Amino acid sequence: MATEEKKLTKGGAFLIEAAAPDEVFTPEDFTQEHLMIAETTRSFVENEVIPHQERLEHQDWELTVQLLRKMGELGLLAADVPEAYDGLGLDKVSSALISENLTWGGSFALSHGAHVGIGTLPIVFFGNEEQRRKYLPALASGEKIAAYALTEPGSGSDALGAKTTARLSEDGKYYILNGTKQFITNSGFADVFVVYAKIDGEKFSAFIVERDFPGVSTGPEEKKMGIKASSTRPLILEDVKVPVENLLGEPGKGHLIAFNILNIGRYKLAVGCVGGIKAALKTSVKYAKSRKQFGTPIAHFPLIQQKIADMNIRGFVTESMAYRSTGDIDRQLQSLGGHVDGMSAARAIAEYALECSVNKVYASEALDFVVDEGVQIHGGYGFIQEYAIERMYRDSRINRIFEGTNEINRLLIPDMLLRKALKGELPLLQAAQGLQQELMGMLPLPDESVPLGAESHILDMAKKVFLFTGGLAVQKYMQSLKDEQEILADLADIIIEIYALESALLRTRKAIEKGLNAENKIDMVQVYAREAFDRIEGRAKRILSALEEGDTLRTQLAVLRKLTRVQPVNSKEIKRRIARRVIEAEQYLA
Amino acid sequence: MNILVCLKQTFDTEERIVVENGRVKEDGVKFIINPYDEYAVEEALRLKEEHGGEVTVVSVGPSRFEEAIRTALAMGADEAILADDPALFGDEYTVAKVLAAIIRQRPFDIILAGNQAVDDGSGQVAVRLAEELGIPHISTLTKLVVEGNQVTGYRDAEGDVEVVQATLPVLVTAQQGLNEPRYPSLIGIRKASKKPLTHVTAADLGLNPEEIRPRTKVVDTFLPKPKQAGKILQGDLQEQVRELVQSLRTVDKVIG
Repeated sequence: MATEEKKLTKGGAFLIEAAAPDEVFTPEDFTQEHLMIAETTRSFVENEVIPHQERLEHQDWELTVQLLRKMGELGLLAADVPEAYDGLGLDKVSSALISENLTWGGSFALSHGAHVGIGTLPIVFFGNEEQRRKYLPALASGEKIAAYALTEPGSGSDALGAKTTARLSEDGKYYILNGTKQFITNSGFADVFVVYAKIDGEKFSAFIVERDFPGVSTGPEEKKMGIKASSTRPLILEDVKVPVENLLGEPGKGHLIAFNILNIGRYKLAVGCVGGIKAALKTSVKYAKSRKQFGTPIAHFPLIQQKIADMNIRGFVTESMAYRSTGDIDRQLQSLGGHVDGMSAARAIAEYALECSVNKVYASEALDFVVDEGVQIHGGYGFIQEYAIERMYRDSRINRIFEGTNEINRLLIPDMLLRKALKGELPLLQAAQGLQQELMGMLPLPDESVPLGAESHILDMAKKVFLFTGGLAVQKYMQSLKDEQEILADLADIIIEIYALESALLRTRKAIEKGLNAENKIDMVQVYAREAFDRIEGRAKRILSALEEGDTLRTQLAVLRKLTRVQPVNSKEIKRRIARRVIEAEQYLA
Repeated sequence: MNILVCLKQTFDTEERIVVENGRVKEDGVKFIINPYDEYAVEEALRLKEEHGGEVTVVSVGPSRFEEAIRTALAMGADEAILADDPALFGDEYTVAKVLAAIIRQRPFDIILAGNQAVDDGSGQVAVRLAEELGIPHISTLTKLVVEGNQVTGYRDAEGDVEVVQATLPVLVTAQQGLNEPRYPSLIGIRKASKKPLTHVTAADLGLNPEEIRPRTKVVDTFLPKPKQAGKILQGDLQEQVRELVQSLRTVDKVIG
């Protein structure tokens, strides 16, 4: 019996291939079960978290743990834990929906996120049978809370530069851990820590450390700018005897765990940002409707409407991208079949490491944009703590820093792409060469006969701009391109813009094909495509100007102009329309 | 114990009502279990936990009701019956007839329903249903105790509590305060998709459309006038009273 196999998308392939709408997962594809899971999470947040926000912000950890246990009873901690270990083994879209909806309740979401994500997943993916049996049921129920300890005072972005050491005891039964970990989420109350240390000061490895082990302690709570409802302390390890059976994975292979867990942390961060954007937009729109100046609600003023439209568009693009990636990861995991060992699951997720970084950067900056405009809409009141937007503004900022700073992620994006190309996993170089040929002849014109034909054309051209500038940069610098961080970051920006635009465009086309009312989506893609394309052109100019000068530069800028010819739309009117719909709905509107 | 719950799907209470061409617009609206029916579902589940038995959800309405029914199943109800044949739709009279036809086909000890639906707010269906079935009912409960055959209902009687006793079978309706409905757990959500949901038609129920024809007719649908700013009466007491009486007579026309 032949069943139709959905083609698995290769990580990074979006840059050189045109994807079809039915190849991407979109929020319009949520199942009834997905929606019910979202609804349970939302009800929990509205009834159990938001009413206690004040206490949570004042670090009532007893309450935090109590809420986490209640979440455990509802199954909200068990989504990513396999059924064999008393979890639910749900798809990643389900766990993404839990994360997204929890964000509405402020930074309590981080206590949950650190527990189910970076705290529990290393054991899910890399634990051996005994470790899983011992820890996962209690983590899935909330009886025990997990944390993750990678960062140290002297090693943040340079995670492998950790100074914490592990030494095998003379009887061979224990590793003895010494060192200090910094900025550890959940450290105020976690029972189980995944800790990275170097065996004999060399072999970077991961260990499961219990809070009760003698020699484990935590330092004082950090006084943070935001995310105050989340516990952040140093974790201090003084001659901690960790049983050898608590070594996670193989000695010296800790980086595999660390990097794979980061991939997950990154796309989940994007999903969290989606919730943050929706929450900030809702509170801002409500405010704009109720706040009167000059006798009129400020929501009637075009400049406020423009902000609301821009915020909604960013939300739409971020959401499209985050769930597309989540859906790709799900499909990749499902292709592995029923029983999946952790390593292959982690490898499946690593296929999209590039997309994970793209998501992380885009979503954290979109959220920062949205909360910033949200404060602006609130005027002076946005600066006052009684208004939720003030907290949202402070809470947002950390997203550009943790899970790998956006700078590190920007450097990683072209690096991962080039590696894939060099390994022969992506025909990137062939595509770049093909472009050279193409540029000699006539470039294709937009197909205006199909919906969003002009925008699809913009996307195609954007990909060509990337191949054009990226190809020239590689040609010029070869191996030393890694030292040209500014160029790499500009290339990363182009890649990010392409993925973002494509996700929004494909989602909209899919909605049209499904016969859904897509007028708002179409409006958003029309204005967004052009704005993104302007930014892409700007980055491309900067790259070219750094690569060449004189006549060569002039020739290349002429090519760029040829690639970036585009018919503008009346974005003023379109944004007014978008804003009117959002203001009427009084919330984010896809 | 065979426990039945009557359930209606309604607009989310936070939705704004938009009337277009004489009808309430349903596009893009979020629907929920009628909150009073949700209390009934919760109470049914508690009865089941205490006495054992099965909880069956019964509903009359379009297929979108399935969403609300699945939620009740995810909360813990065992099965559901949905009469989604448009020939069965009508007013409170019709719905009570249809529910009665469904319920007569099965054994039951107790029927729970919401005290009213938050959309039309008529509060008739459950009481009519009890009449159709020829069983007693106790309405607007804030507390329910079932011991053996004995049912004690604590009624919200305009702020007072009225205690009413009855014997099974009985129909009761839920008032706010009866309980705190649970959230559907993730495991419940998962199981819900596998629980039986039976669709029934007029033919299945042997109902003659003429017999269940609605007895009321909606003449017009419109939104209430937007609320005006209040007016504070000035002057001494005499003048204020005079002005008040006059405006009640001539402006608001609430007294003749």
